Amino acid sequence: MATAVTTLLVGVPASGAATGGSVSLVAYSTPKPAYAALLTAFAATKAGKGVTFSQSYGPSGTQATAVAGGLPADVVNFSLSLDMNKVVKAGLVSSSWAKGPTKGMVTNSIVSFVVRKGNPKHITTWTGLVKSGVQVITPNPFSSGSAKWNLMAAYGSQIVQGKTPAQATSFLSKMLANTVAQPSSASTALQTFLSGQGDVLLDYEDDALYAKSQGEPVTVITPPQTILIQNPIAVTTHAANPTAAKAFVAYLLSPAGQKIWGQQGYRPVLPKVAAQFNFPKPKTLFSIQKLGGWTKVNKSFFTPTKGKVAQIEQKLGVSTASG
Amino acid sequence: MTLVEGHLPAEPPDGLSVLSHSRATAGRVPRLALRALGPSLVVTYLSLLVLLPLAAVLDNAFQHGFSSFWQAVTQPEAVAALKLTFLCSLAVAIFNTLAGLVIAWVLVRDDFWGKEFVSAIIDLPFALPTIVAGLTLLALYGPDSPFGIDVAGTKIGIIFALAFVTLPFCVRSVQPVLAEIDRETEEAASSLGAGRLRVLMKIVLPSIAPGLLSGAGLAFARALGEFGSVVLISDNLPFKTEVASSWIFSLSQSDELSSAASVSVVLIASALVVLIVIRYLVSRFTVQDAP
Repeated sequence: MATAVTTLLVGVPASGAATGGSVSLVAYSTPKPAYAALLTAFAATKAGKGVTFSQSYGPSGTQATAVAGGLPADVVNFSLSLDMNKVVKAGLVSSSWAKGPTKGMVTNSIVSFVVRKGNPKHITTWTGLVKSGVQVITPNPFSSGSAKWNLMAAYGSQIVQGKTPAQATSFLSKMLANTVAQPSSASTALQTFLSGQGDVLLDYEDDALYAKSQGEPVTVITPPQTILIQNPIAVTTHAANPTAAKAFVAYLLSPAGQKIWGQQGYRPVLPKVAAQFNFPKPKTLFSIQKLGGWTKVNKSFFTPTKGKVAQIEQKLGVSTASG
Repeated sequence: MTLVEGHLPAEPPDGLSVLSHSRATAGRVPRLALRALGPSLVVTYLSLLVLLPLAAVLDNAFQHGFSSFWQAVTQPEAVAALKLTFLCSLAVAIFNTLAGLVIAWVLVRDDFWGKEFVSAIIDLPFALPTIVAGLTLLALYGPDSPFGIDVAGTKIGIIFALAFVTLPFCVRSVQPVLAEIDRETEEAASSLGAGRLRVLMKIVLPSIAPGLLSGAGLAFARALGEFGSVVLISDNLPFKTEVASSWIFSLSQSDELSSAASVSVVLIASALVVLIVIRYLVSRFTVQDAP
């Protein structure tokens, strides 16, 4: 049952027979390479022996909508808790998913700047993004979860520096005026940046590090103020094989699993494991809670045509629509 | 045992005698059933593939009443996206009709080495996944263009992408019509003193007009809804280069499915109107053609 999945089916057969079972993983697009390593490692553990996986990767929002609409899933991993709420609302994940020791999160990351190799335009702070002539790339916030993290990092960077909400909104407006492309997803945004457009791309740190590790000519800059990205994970209520699914999530949250996440560029949620890695420490790291939590922020900023970001873009568009 | 009088069937004239294996069950009912079978299959197939999904979109669009549909369609973002989409689709339909005619002409009336290969690759845009097309176009006509042509983030870039995916329609709808034309009429006109331009305008174009119009209509309809190949090279900037399909995608990702359906209805309705008008024009041209 769990193996009858629509998109991007990749089966990872495990060795041995033992208990086994089949687990269907539905995740956002970025951690696909990380899961390749994690699934291999899990298969070597006692709990993972004989467990087969079917995997589906895609944009976080699209995946959440798909699961809520009936896509079979045992383990779901999204890029932000807003998408997890979609699945909770559909009754497919328990409303107490965030009650564990890691508050339901499996990995952390931050919003980073991706610039051309050697940082020719010397962009090191958020102020650099609103300088005239600087070209910014961020995904479209109405279709991409990554873009929501990016824009709240920009907004929040001003708040934590003591600016008022009005000033922070004005900063957002200036940054969007410098934005030369708003591709529909984080992966297409990276493609657009790598095609030669723009001076700086806003992206997840782990995605930026992955691009760098693949040999792309980029430099990853950690802004002095940035948002803590937290990626939620949960076992669904209707999991076909709850034991194996729970064991898999437990492995992902264990020191061994978290170490692999760290090696893949994700900041571990376990402090002891995180300390083993040398991730850059931004001066001020704030979470979405500081700005009111995702539900409130999403409603006030990202409602299409009515939210703050929509209003900014309408103002910008009306003044330049003739272009 | 009574004999049923007056209803002994004769051999069915259309050769469906295989069905009247018994005289009592006269061939009439099975014959009617078989005649209705064709249309029934067509209607069922069309319903499942086309009509039901369309009905679902309509239902979704008007879920919260007409005022909510109207609001979704008159939002500044929707209006800007629809305007851009219509403009670019129209430009592409006109441009590709001309380009398609030229290409079809060369393929039909000229002979050169590699002609079959060229003819085969015309269909390549159909085979290529649109996102791959988008990536390729960005690489060729973006900032890192090997030709030095950078149209990323411009309307021209959008038109390039749309022209790429709709070219097969314009070539393939003209090619067979052009190949079918009786050259003797052209030669006769020419021998009677008509210049080449006159032969083209008065003899050739009217004959291939149905093909040209069909191709233009299909290209326009396809361009209206194109997403994957356009969204990368356009840079997707709201109010500047965001096409309707991308705005619909954003609405659907923000859980505003009714608004997304509403804007979709506008696109579908426009495509339908254009295609119906084209069908009518084609039928008029065909009637005029009859000897």
